[in-house]
Amino acid sequence: MAEQRRTMMGNQAITQGALEAGVRVAAGYPGTPSSEIIQNLADAAAEHDLYVEWSINEKVSLEVAAAASLAGLRSLCAMKQNGVNVASDFLLHLAGSGVRAGMVLVHCDDPGALSSVNEGESRHFARMLELPQLEPGDFQEAKDMTKWAFELSEAIGNLVMLRSVTRLSHASGGVVPGTIPAPQGRARFDHHGTLLDQGHGPVSSSPVGLKHRRQQEKLKKAVELFETSPFNTYAGPEAPELLVITSSICNLYVKEALALLGLAERVGVLKLGTTWPLPPKLLQRNLERCERVLIVEEVIPFLEENVKIAAAEMAGEIGAKRFHGKRDGTIPASGELNPDIVIKALAGLLEVPYQARPAAYDRLAGELAPQATQERELAFCPGCPHRASFWSLKEALALDARDGFICGDIGCYSLAMRPTGYGMLKTLHAMGSGAGMASGFGQLGRFGMDQPVMAVSGDSTFYHAVIPALINAVHQKSPMSLVVLDNSGTAMTGFQPHPGTQANAMGQPVPPVDIEAVCRSLGAEVTVCDPFDLEATRRAAVELLADQSTAKVLILRQLCALSPQRKGYKPYDVWVDQDKCLGDQCGCNRLCTRVFGCPGLAWEKESGKARIDEVICAGCGVCASICPQGAILKSERA
Amino acid sequence: MAEAKLRQDPYNLIITGVGGQGNVLASRMLGNVLTSQGLWVTIGETFGASQRGGSVMSHLRVSAQGSWSPQIPAGRAHMVLALEPLEALRVLVTYGNPETKAIVNNRPILPMAAIAGKSQYPEGQQLRDMLAQLTAQSWSIPATDRAMELGASIYANIIMIGALSATGDLPVSRQGFQDELERALGPAKVATNLEAFDLGLAMVRG
Repeated sequence: MAEQRRTMMGNQAITQGALEAGVRVAAGYPGTPSSEIIQNLADAAAEHDLYVEWSINEKVSLEVAAAASLAGLRSLCAMKQNGVNVASDFLLHLAGSGVRAGMVLVHCDDPGALSSVNEGESRHFARMLELPQLEPGDFQEAKDMTKWAFELSEAIGNLVMLRSVTRLSHASGGVVPGTIPAPQGRARFDHHGTLLDQGHGPVSSSPVGLKHRRQQEKLKKAVELFETSPFNTYAGPEAPELLVITSSICNLYVKEALALLGLAERVGVLKLGTTWPLPPKLLQRNLERCERVLIVEEVIPFLEENVKIAAAEMAGEIGAKRFHGKRDGTIPASGELNPDIVIKALAGLLEVPYQARPAAYDRLAGELAPQATQERELAFCPGCPHRASFWSLKEALALDARDGFICGDIGCYSLAMRPTGYGMLKTLHAMGSGAGMASGFGQLGRFGMDQPVMAVSGDSTFYHAVIPALINAVHQKSPMSLVVLDNSGTAMTGFQPHPGTQANAMGQPVPPVDIEAVCRSLGAEVTVCDPFDLEATRRAAVELLADQSTAKVLILRQLCALSPQRKGYKPYDVWVDQDKCLGDQCGCNRLCTRVFGCPGLAWEKESGKARIDEVICAGCGVCASICPQGAILKSERA
Repeated sequence: MAEAKLRQDPYNLIITGVGGQGNVLASRMLGNVLTSQGLWVTIGETFGASQRGGSVMSHLRVSAQGSWSPQIPAGRAHMVLALEPLEALRVLVTYGNPETKAIVNNRPILPMAAIAGKSQYPEGQQLRDMLAQLTAQSWSIPATDRAMELGASIYANIIMIGALSATGDLPVSRQGFQDELERALGPAKVATNLEAFDLGLAMVRG
């Protein structure tokens, strides 16, 4: 009997598809919106006899998954868009050498940069590296295509890329699950054949000439399969006024727009699930339907440009077409799409009026908008150790008075570019880039630069990409300070374990790799502090800045306010003594609410004094240390 | 399984609030209750601002037909379930129409700019007036205050779901909700959560 439909997150559907395909090994590095895929597989590991790991970074995770494939086990690797950049070095080689058992790279893009500091596209890697690219168009397809991706991988003997986006990975919809097979197969790496024998020999992308030609043959085979793939669908009249070509979650935006505009009888939709390489016969059949084509996709015009190339190649058969999309401005060239953007594009092209609500309501909403749209600036959580850390670092840099600055990188603490961390981050790029750039800034004293430089990194980031940068700084004798904001977990993406934690992804005990010991072994001087001890932290940071003769490390260690160990636990009761608080008469200029910026503090308009919001306060007690009047009090809870 | 009938298809519900209020949990629980009625539910969530302090929103599309876009088009909300009053206004300005209804938890969470004195949070009555102008019907309920009396502010979500159930707009029955509680949270947590659900139900039924 068929299983009942369930509402699944896109990432959950992808996990289900992998399990139905009999995946045995999965690896990845956490990154929104991809993180739940590995997490869900780790949760299923015991029941289905899988090996699942959170690897130290994306390149290593791809290498781990590739090993399984070469030993005959189906494997999956998952990462966010940035991760593909990190993994791309190995990816290029792997694409050339090919794989054995089915191997799928699930890469999740973040159009609109909802949880990223870029909206990078990873589809172009498929074209650049000559690998097949799949893009599920809804939740059911997220499951079905993942399962099929393993079969495709084995049919062509190469890795298959499957792209999701935030609004698919993190949205939920109806999926009918299938059956998960019993685990089977024994791992064995056969390496006794010749270098040219993909099934039995040593594995490498050389001899390059031959392997590259072979790789392109694999891609041709994939195109043949794409020609008849059920994941490429056409819906609409035989000869529409406009052909929409779309993929991924944009498929649902198009469906919505056509329903609201009442255009289903006039517009045809070619939804492509296999977006690289494009199957030419299928494309020709559909392009012949009409003269005008609109391409709807996120983020760069990947599909648009590839369709245009194909259309130029078949111009003799299909004639000239008029294309709309990102290149002519019909669809925005950056940012996330949504149904309204697609409605506007289609309404414009087909000259159909659309009014979502009465004009009078629009006017009223416009009048009230200034009240409604006051921004909620993202802030560190109440009780977040980073707020305390940046408070102390800010004071230390001010005391040092040489206009020093901090180079940042990727984690919750990236928010310190904004008011929540007192705007302390002055550079923000990739994982580990704060330490690498600080290593570079540190060398510029010889050119007259007299500003001290610090870098911050989180604990997971430290393992991922900071270690080589720190080695570089030590080896090059670069005067810089690295501050490791160690909150004991990959907090930003949901507390995935990393090499510093005592259990792995599957919950088994593992030996933690000690950050302090690693730094010392590299030759860096190391200090460890609790950031909630503001005075000690400030003193340590001042000392660090004063002597910049070598690379130094300050570890600020305190559990994340949301960590499973701390959640729901208030160490202190905190309150404002209304008699001691002098309010605006204090002369502190509302240091607690205006400057410190914890959401757990509020300014009472009626009394003109500060108070604690007991619903929000996490009871860390740090604010008690900053009030010049000592009006904020704390007492340990029983 | 008999499919439940809907007044509108797709029925568009927005759950809004501030990061950390349990918006995601509420949308999943509702989604599961509705799915168990044989309906298709598509849920789009804001994950990016899930840190405390940011505006967060879940879009629920409920349909007897199939999956819809995880983003509701502007001006197309049927119901706004707001865990915070300013967020109700923010959502209505973009997604409301003259037929939209709203259930609003009346306890403000001040934006950082308001805490710092750089902006002014609207007065209670002023905010209620604005919400009334943008809705066909709205309920302002003390969900957080009642939740604190039950022991934790997070019960406000469940009170809100109880209130939604009382409107009769969606097939969220007490029994369906109880089944979901037992499945999602285990039997130990059912009693207090059902109490919260009943509190919300009574607030709208009066």
